[in-house]
Amino acid sequence: MRRRGAFTWLFAWLVAVAATTASAAAPAVVTIGSKDFTESVVLGEVARLAAIDHGLDATHRRSLGGTRILWRALLEGEIDAYPEYTGTITHELVRDLPGDAGMDALRARLRELGIGMGDPLGFDNGYAIGMREETAVRLGIEAISDLAAHPGLRIALSNEFMDRADGWPGLKAAYGLPMDARGMDHALAYRALASGAVDAIDLYGTDAEIAYYGLRVLRDDRGHFPRYDAVYLYRLDLDRRAPGFVATLDGLAGAIAAPRMRAMNKAVKLDGEPEERVAARLLGIAPGAGAARGRAGPGLLEYTLQHMALVGVSLSLAILLAVPLGVLAARRRRLGQLVLGLTGILQTVPSLALFVFMIPLFGIGAVPAIAALFLYSLLPIVRNTHAGLTGVDPSLRESAAALGLPPGFRLRRVELPLALRSILAGVKIAAVVNVGTATLGALIGAGGYGQPILTGIRLDDIGLIMQGAVPAALLALAMQGLFELVERALTPRGLRLPAAS
Amino acid sequence: MPSDPAYSLHGVTRAYGAVRAVDTVTLAFVRDETTVLIGSSGSGKSTVLRLLLGLEWPDAGEVRRDGVALRREDMLEERRRVGYVIQEGGLFPHLTVLGNLGLLPGYLGWDRARIHRRALELADLTRLPVALLERFPAELSGGQRQRVALMRALMHDPPTLLLDEPLGALDPLVRHELQDDLRAIFQRLDRTVVMVTHDLAEAAWFSDRLVLMRHGRVVQEGSIADFIRAPADGFVREFVAARRALPGTVA
Repeated sequence: MRRRGAFTWLFAWLVAVAATTASAAAPAVVTIGSKDFTESVVLGEVARLAAIDHGLDATHRRSLGGTRILWRALLEGEIDAYPEYTGTITHELVRDLPGDAGMDALRARLRELGIGMGDPLGFDNGYAIGMREETAVRLGIEAISDLAAHPGLRIALSNEFMDRADGWPGLKAAYGLPMDARGMDHALAYRALASGAVDAIDLYGTDAEIAYYGLRVLRDDRGHFPRYDAVYLYRLDLDRRAPGFVATLDGLAGAIAAPRMRAMNKAVKLDGEPEERVAARLLGIAPGAGAARGRAGPGLLEYTLQHMALVGVSLSLAILLAVPLGVLAARRRRLGQLVLGLTGILQTVPSLALFVFMIPLFGIGAVPAIAALFLYSLLPIVRNTHAGLTGVDPSLRESAAALGLPPGFRLRRVELPLALRSILAGVKIAAVVNVGTATLGALIGAGGYGQPILTGIRLDDIGLIMQGAVPAALLALAMQGLFELVERALTPRGLRLPAAS
Repeated sequence: MPSDPAYSLHGVTRAYGAVRAVDTVTLAFVRDETTVLIGSSGSGKSTVLRLLLGLEWPDAGEVRRDGVALRREDMLEERRRVGYVIQEGGLFPHLTVLGNLGLLPGYLGWDRARIHRRALELADLTRLPVALLERFPAELSGGQRQRVALMRALMHDPPTLLLDEPLGALDPLVRHELQDDLRAIFQRLDRTVVMVTHDLAEAAWFSDRLVLMRHGRVVQEGSIADFIRAPADGFVREFVAARRALPGTVA
C-alpha cells in the first residue's frame, strides 16, 4: 500500500508543521494585541516594549483585525491588553451606558466584565471628515454642515465607520446629509481621495496622511463626534500574573500628545520605519533585535509554513469528514438533502464572519482559522463525493449487488473508485479556495500570507502586499497542479482509456 | 408445474406505480435445464430475473428456491448461488479482466493462485484469449466483454445462471458466433439457466422450453413447435409470424 504510506507521511508532516508553528507562539506572560491599523500597532509595540523593559516576557499579536475581534480576544483571555479609544468603548463595547457617562462610570462598568482601563494617553483620535484642500476651496466647504448643499459629492468611508452607531448613520442624521456613502478600506480611501476618485473620506485625528496629502479637516460644527481618547484596556487578572505591569502602562498616561502620535504614525506609514523602533524611541529605550528585521516582520519561509499548515490541516480534516458525509448523503436521500443543505449554508456565511464566529470557540490564532477553513472546505468535497457516487452507472452498481457482495465492500471496491475522479475534483476546488481564504486568517492572528498583505494594506505598501499575494497565488496554482498529478496517479488506468466499441 | 423446480414464482406481482411489470405470474424453472423468457421490451421478462436475484421484491406472491420462499436477509448468500450476465456485461471499468473475475472470489477469501487457475479454466471454456486477462474492459471488443461477463458469472461455480439479453448489444456476426459458443457451454455445464431475449429465433436456438410474456403476464409456455402449431392466442401467432417473416436473418 504505497499510496497510503505517502498519505500518512504527508499528514504527519502537516501535523509537525502545525505543532512547530504552535510552539513558536508559545504562551508568554503578557500578550498584547493590536488592531489592523498603524497607530494601534505602534501603541501595541509601545506596550510590549514597556513590558519587556519592566522585565516581563511579552509578545505582541499585531494587526489582529477590527474592534470586535480584539474585544472578544480580550474577554476570552487570548490577549491581555490592547490599545482602544474611549469613544469606541462607549459606543461599541459597553453600549448600556448613557452617552455622557464619565470615565469613572465607564471604568466601573468595564470592571464588571473583568476589564481595566488606563488613563488617556494624551491624544484624541476622534473621527473627522476630510477633503482635498482644492476641492474644499472650490466648493467653499469648511464645516461638515456645508456638505449638505452638495448632494453629488462622492463619499467613501471605512467599513467600521459605515456600520457603527456614531459613524455614518448618526452623522447623516445629525447633519441631514442627502448623499449615500460607500465602504472602503481606510488606507485605500486616502489613495482614492488623492487620485480624485472620491471627494470626502472619514479620517482619524492623528492620521499621518492629513499633512502628507494636504487635506482639509472639516469642522464638526454640530459637535457630533464623541471624543476618542486613546487608552489601554487590560484584563484585571493581569496584575496578578504580571505584577507592576499595569502600573507601568498607567505611567504612559498623558505621555503621547496628538502631534507626537501623528509623527509616529508618519514615521511608520510614510517613512517606512519599523513600529518597534518608533515605539522604542518614545520610551527612550533601545529597540530589541527584532527591529533590525524591518517592518516586513517574519520572512517568506515562515509565512509559507504557516499558510501551508493552515491549508494542510484544515483540508485534511475536511477530507476526513466530508467524504464519509458525502457517502452518507448518497446512501440516504433525505439525510443527503439535509447534509448538502447544511454545508451549503456554511458556504454562504461570509468568510470573514465565519473567522470571527470561531473566536469565542477557539480564541485567536491558527486554531480558529483552521476551524473556519475546515468548515469552508466541506461543501465542495461533500457535494462532489455525493455527485460522484450517485453518478455511478446504475447497471454497474447493480452488477456489484448481483454478485452477492455486501454494501461496504461494494462501496470500497466499486463505487468509491468509480467516484474517485469527482471526489478529487472536489478536493481540488476546496484546496484552491482554501489557499485564498486562508489569507483572511491573518485577521485573527493565524499568520500566513495574509500577514504581509494586511500589513501592506495598512502601510500602503504595494511591495509588501505582493509579498503575500504572489506566493498565495503561486500556492493556489501549485495546489491545482498537485491535485492534477494526484488525480492522474490515483485514477485507475481502466478509467482513463477511451471506451472501445 | 414440474415436480422439482430450481426456482419458481407463485402468483408474483411487481408494479411500478400503476404499471404492473410482472402481473400474477406463476412459473417454474426446471433444474439443470435452459429456460428462455421471450417477449417484446416491457413485457416483464427482465423483471422476472431481477425478482430471482432479489434486486426486486414481489408486491404480491412469492419467489421460491428449491421450494422455499426467498427471504431478504438471505439475499447476499442467495445471490452467490446465481451467476448474472446483463446486456452490456456490467464489467467494472476500473478493474482489469482478472480484477473483475476476482472481485467476488477475493471477497470469499480465495488466494490469487486459485483465482488465476479458475480464470484460466474459464478462459478455455469461453474461448477468451488468455492475454486479455490483464486488459481493461475498455480495451476489449463487445463480444470479448460478454465472454468475460460470463466468466465472472461462473467464477464461483454457481448452480444457476441468469442471462438478460446477453447478446443484445452485439453485431450480427459476433452474435452468431457467441450463440454457438453459449449453447455449447450451457450443454457442457449442465445447470439451471434462465435466459432473456426478445428474439424468437435465438430463443429457439437455445432451448425447447420457451416462456412467452406480454404486459407482465405469461402468454404461452412450450417449444417453438408448440407456438407455431397451437398458438395460445392471436398475439402468439403474430409474434411468431413477425419473426418468421425475416427468413435467414439472425437478428
